[in-house]
Amino acid sequence: MAGLLELTVAEAAAKIASGEISAAEYFEAWHGAAAGDELNAYLWQVEDPANYEVEDGPLRGIPVAVKDIFCTEGAPTTAGSRILEGYRPPYTATAVRQLDAAGARVLGKTNMDEFAMGSSNENSAYGPVLNPWDRDRVPGGSSGGSAAAVAGGLAPCAIGTDTGGSIRQPASLCGIVGLKPTYGSISRYGMIAFASSLDQCGPLTRDVTDAALLLAALQGRDPCDSTSVGIEGGIAAPSREDLRGLRFGVPGELSGDAFDAGVRENFEATLAKIESLGGEIAEVTLPSAEHGISAYYVLAPAEASSNLARYDGVRYGRRSENSADLLEMYENTRAEGFGPEVKRRIMLGTYALSSGYYDAYYGQAQKVRTRIAEDFAQAFAAVDFVVTPTSPSVAFGLGEKTDDPLSMYLNDFFTVPMSLAGIPAISIPSGLAAPEGGGPELPVGFQIAAPAFAEQKLLEAAYALERGIGFEARPEGVDG
Amino acid sequence: MAESAHELEAVIGLEIHVQLATRTKMFCGCALSFGDEPNVHTCPVCLAHPGVLPVPNEQAILYALQIGLALECEIAPHSIFHRKNYFYPDSPKAYQISQFDIPIASDGQLGDVRIHRAHLEEDAAKMIHVGGSGRIHGSGASLVDFNRGGTPLVEIVTEPDLRSAAEAAEWARLLRETVRQLGVSDVNMEEGSLRVDANVSVRPAGSDTLGTKTELKNMNSFRFLQRGVEAELERQRELIGAGGTVTQETLHFDPVSGSLTSLRSKEESHDYRYFPEPDLVPLVPTEEMLREAREALPELPAARIERYEGMGLAGDVAATLAADPGTAAYFEATAGAAAGVEPKIVGNWVTGELAAALRQGEDEVAAADSKVEPAALAALIGLVSEKKISHGSGKTLLAALVAEGGDPAAIVEREGLAQISDSGELESIVAAAVAANSEAAEQIKAGNPKAIGAIVGAVMKETKGRADGGEVNRLIREQLGG
Repeated sequence: MAGLLELTVAEAAAKIASGEISAAEYFEAWHGAAAGDELNAYLWQVEDPANYEVEDGPLRGIPVAVKDIFCTEGAPTTAGSRILEGYRPPYTATAVRQLDAAGARVLGKTNMDEFAMGSSNENSAYGPVLNPWDRDRVPGGSSGGSAAAVAGGLAPCAIGTDTGGSIRQPASLCGIVGLKPTYGSISRYGMIAFASSLDQCGPLTRDVTDAALLLAALQGRDPCDSTSVGIEGGIAAPSREDLRGLRFGVPGELSGDAFDAGVRENFEATLAKIESLGGEIAEVTLPSAEHGISAYYVLAPAEASSNLARYDGVRYGRRSENSADLLEMYENTRAEGFGPEVKRRIMLGTYALSSGYYDAYYGQAQKVRTRIAEDFAQAFAAVDFVVTPTSPSVAFGLGEKTDDPLSMYLNDFFTVPMSLAGIPAISIPSGLAAPEGGGPELPVGFQIAAPAFAEQKLLEAAYALERGIGFEARPEGVDG
Repeated sequence: MAESAHELEAVIGLEIHVQLATRTKMFCGCALSFGDEPNVHTCPVCLAHPGVLPVPNEQAILYALQIGLALECEIAPHSIFHRKNYFYPDSPKAYQISQFDIPIASDGQLGDVRIHRAHLEEDAAKMIHVGGSGRIHGSGASLVDFNRGGTPLVEIVTEPDLRSAAEAAEWARLLRETVRQLGVSDVNMEEGSLRVDANVSVRPAGSDTLGTKTELKNMNSFRFLQRGVEAELERQRELIGAGGTVTQETLHFDPVSGSLTSLRSKEESHDYRYFPEPDLVPLVPTEEMLREAREALPELPAARIERYEGMGLAGDVAATLAADPGTAAYFEATAGAAAGVEPKIVGNWVTGELAAALRQGEDEVAAADSKVEPAALAALIGLVSEKKISHGSGKTLLAALVAEGGDPAAIVEREGLAQISDSGELESIVAAAVAANSEAAEQIKAGNPKAIGAIVGAVMKETKGRADGGEVNRLIREQLGG
């Protein structure tokens, strides 16, 4: 059985297609692995994998761990929140249907920061997820359950959502590949909204090829999502072997104190690897990027304050009992149903949108957003990609940053600008580094960003670099 | 110093919500309905389940464009939707998708009233408060029917160009006719597919500043609109007359008692925290959509009134004819068939004699649905104009046509309605009438021309109205040596 779990998704799909292994046998193997979840990665798993029938397609027989932010008809969907405890949606998200249509099947729903608000998965109402490399550390967030499931050998692949880094950062902290595609490439229909203008679905996988395989199935224009356009020409498996003729821009604004020494060292080694593969390193400037976090923490909470207003106890989910009137029912339901980080962001966002403050906060943040997009456009006139470390540090300890929201928010420093610009970015594991306080080495992620809809080119470069780096480390006890 | 109440002029603007008669809702595929079982026309989108997204209804956009064009508005090449945030059970998302700073249409005109803007939005669900007064306060429970939630609406906002309650009601009728004739809404005020709110203020006559306004809601007929605005104008005039000031507030008009109660004051007004709806892309009408909307525009009442006035019709006759497309078509067919008769005379017959005759018919029908064919009415008007029959016989003939239809010439023949053209015969009838009414004849001779009526009446009675009134008058004066 262990042999099946060592296969990448691409390898397994090929063996299932050729009949070498059966879809049922492969799914059973993963179902068994997922049942041994000690990381709190799953909130729900399929109960009966029998009667196994799947569509014929490129992902035929592939189990997928799905972040609990995607609606799945009849199966619990909580977005990591108490307010949706017991909620079973009457419909399925387009992204999940797309995977279904390609032959994949949901293995389970993964834990996450409540409504995708967080960078450590400690904001889940259902307990934190543990990092498979060190169970005293966080897996990152908000797609922490998906990242831990893939890294911890509990799923061959997963999907998550990324609003300001929620796929890339946990992928980095767990030593796997995480891709945030261009805004609009994958339908958001059925994906519970956090910040609608930033939220984007993407894959978390063991390698770049698997990310391409999932993206190929996920992308596309959806009539149910007016903002979706898909990726013209689709996505093919990457095959590029070197980086000759490609220019990688390093933002000059990346100062040494922005990230840990171990991360810096690894980042520089990776730049050297790019050069050894024939790529060229250049300096670019993103003058507005340093305001990204400030703008993001106005825009995202503003949209969230509106998106989360529907959880009012009237139609579904939790309703506080024993309220004297309507207002009290609203107040009690939301006071009991939401966790502290969600409340903090609802209040921030409500304030930012209030009459008299709108221009100073929301309006100003939108201007910063436009500037950042322009910065990237200028940079891409000179280089093919912009590269940064994915996260300023390796995985940090559980509880280490929970009392300091600002320090937690800075985790998104490198990932937020791409989200604001709507461009695709991938995090690939680039090696191991010791944490600042000492201890066993942990994965470091390398982020590559490309112009909008240049996913194929991005995947090709990431694939070549992945091969060059040859990252083989796995958490203790995980095959593959 | 308190100003005299009589010197305060009314300043009224209207806000009209028009439910569009599309097949499906504004942002989902649920059917529009009225009066169905509660909550049967719902889906995850209009119930605001987690993760759903709105998809704009193209037909609604087309209808909104038609309304914008009919109101002579400028169409925004690029308008956007906003979220209007508020908590209430009739709003499942806790925000309404509406338009805010860039509406689809703005700066138009209908009749004498300028249109400030017209924008697209979605309707709220319907709340039913069980027990108590029917309002939420004091009710035992509240039920929500989401069938209506998400119905496409166009909100039309006028400039404050109306100067009396009657003018406001009259203009609202013109707007309803205009929207009805576009075929984009049922415009039924009782069912709520047309809802009119009024912004009312007063100011010293001749002033160009605006007084503090109040907003009146819940006037579900034109009569109530007029009465509500009248009541509010009176209240404001009395208040200011007594040295008081008007407070900005929203008022609920109770048509039964005629009273106005405050719903909320300005201080209590919501902060809707508007921001651009991130789930929708900008609304950019294509050339093709604009062309389609333009081509779908029928001739509308205001344009038709103007055209009829150009044909010589009086303003009120033109307005009556233009208000209903069926009547307008009937008038035009009749005028076309009545060669040599001025359209003005045809218009007078349709709105005057014919309308009166139809009212007296057994079941009142519109001209277009009556037994009187336009060609028949044209022939009738021709007979009267050419003095082949008298005006009185014309009315008799019309009554016959209303009752049974048919060919006027045949009825004239059958009923012997032809005018007495033998002057000898008429002369002797006149002579007999003068002789029989010697008292009146003496008065005429004594210089009282009004006394002639008695003799004319006698002649008409004798001839059963078949005599030409002018000729009878002339003969009487001649015989009395006048």
